[in-house]
Amino acid sequence: MSSEPNHPPGNQPIIEFQKAHYQLSNGKVLLKEVNFAVPRGETLVLLGRSGAGKTTALKLINRLLEPSSGQVCVEGRSTVDWDPIALRRRIGYVIQEAGLFPHYTVEQNVSLVPRLEKWPADRTEVRLKELFALVGLDAPEFRSRYPHELSGGQRQRVGVARALAADPPILLMDEPLGALDPLTRGEVRSELHDLQKRLKKTVVIVTHDIAEGLLLGTRIGLMEAGELRGIYSPDEFLHATEPIAAAYVAQLKMIQEAGEQK
Amino acid sequence: MKLAAFLSQHGGEIFQATLEHVWLVALAMLLAIAIGVPLGILVARRPWLSKPILGSANVAETIPSLALFGFLLPVPWLGDRADRVAIAALTLYALLPIIRNTATGISGVDRSVREAARAMGMTERQILLRVELPLSLSTVIAGIRVATVLTIGVATIAAAVGSGGLGEFIFRGLAMVNNPLIMAGAIPAALLALTADFGLSLLERKLRPAR
Repeated sequence: MSSEPNHPPGNQPIIEFQKAHYQLSNGKVLLKEVNFAVPRGETLVLLGRSGAGKTTALKLINRLLEPSSGQVCVEGRSTVDWDPIALRRRIGYVIQEAGLFPHYTVEQNVSLVPRLEKWPADRTEVRLKELFALVGLDAPEFRSRYPHELSGGQRQRVGVARALAADPPILLMDEPLGALDPLTRGEVRSELHDLQKRLKKTVVIVTHDIAEGLLLGTRIGLMEAGELRGIYSPDEFLHATEPIAAAYVAQLKMIQEAGEQK
Repeated sequence: MKLAAFLSQHGGEIFQATLEHVWLVALAMLLAIAIGVPLGILVARRPWLSKPILGSANVAETIPSLALFGFLLPVPWLGDRADRVAIAALTLYALLPIIRNTATGISGVDRSVREAARAMGMTERQILLRVELPLSLSTVIAGIRVATVLTIGVATIAAAVGSGGLGEFIFRGLAMVNNPLIMAGAIPAALLALTADFGLSLLERKLRPAR
């Protein structure tokens, strides 16, 4: 990533929240008039505790939810003006525990969107090879396995491959590493980091893990109680005065110091 | 009476009645599946419909079978032929387990799987046909299995309205106080039920999604 942000004038953000508000039918507000924009190619990490509204924000992008007021624009168009199917096919989605289809093999899972898009078989095959190489699952024996025959880390890699299958310009990840043990988590995290550098996609990641945020994000959006409290570069975040940001950083330092003392 | 002599005298008749019985049950099950599975899907989709739909099916289930056959006799078209009455009543009996299991199976599909399917840009129809139904198939079959076994039993009572089937022997045996004749209806009916139960349990196990 270059140190200077490169936003040529007229280059509109690929995702833009404009006073996006979301509340449940019982009146509970999950997202309070949030404004932010994600330029093309950025990796925005939404960081916050459970219930902060991160997942709600993510689901507004691919219209799994629709804003109660305000709007969310993708490629300059409000999500409610998009055909939801067309919109979602342009947005990869990775969730915790991968959400793989248990009755599909790895190959069937990954090739799902190309099949929905009716790609010719040879094009799908070429793409499958690329994808399996990309996520480090190129051994042929994986293809015919079912999700329950894989480890958690392998499942998560399959989930990433599935999300990337039709080469969508946007990738959304909801706690992609949440269900993994710490070591696997570290491995998959650095793989994601590499992947991101190679693919140059626009990525929005939801996490409550500050380390994940600092490593993967080009910017970090701090969320609390349905509000966006600020957007920081990783460097800015480490020195932010916002109390919650400071609390995250303090946690991180405590772990570091505990390590140094031993 | 010797078994061989009995069989040589009634064997053809028993075989004929068994065929009739299978025919009644098969038609009733086909109808019940055709009605019950869509209703089950509806219940899973619109939980507020669960009470009225499952409630009605439950009421049908509680009407004593003999009375239900009787109630249906005066219904136009249905009442014209005994087998129609029998099939309609058996269908009503078979509905509840099928609706309930279909609804349970579909609602039981992992939320994250359903959400992933939506997020991949699958249409509601694709989600139903490619994800939800395949994943709940074993539960649906379990409902069909319960309904089939139930229907094979209740179908013997349908003989009371003259629809034929293995119940003929049972009613005749009862009237003549002739135990072997009762057995001639009861044993094949029990064997049919066991066979259906076993066959469908195999299918159910085969279709159960791996965990």
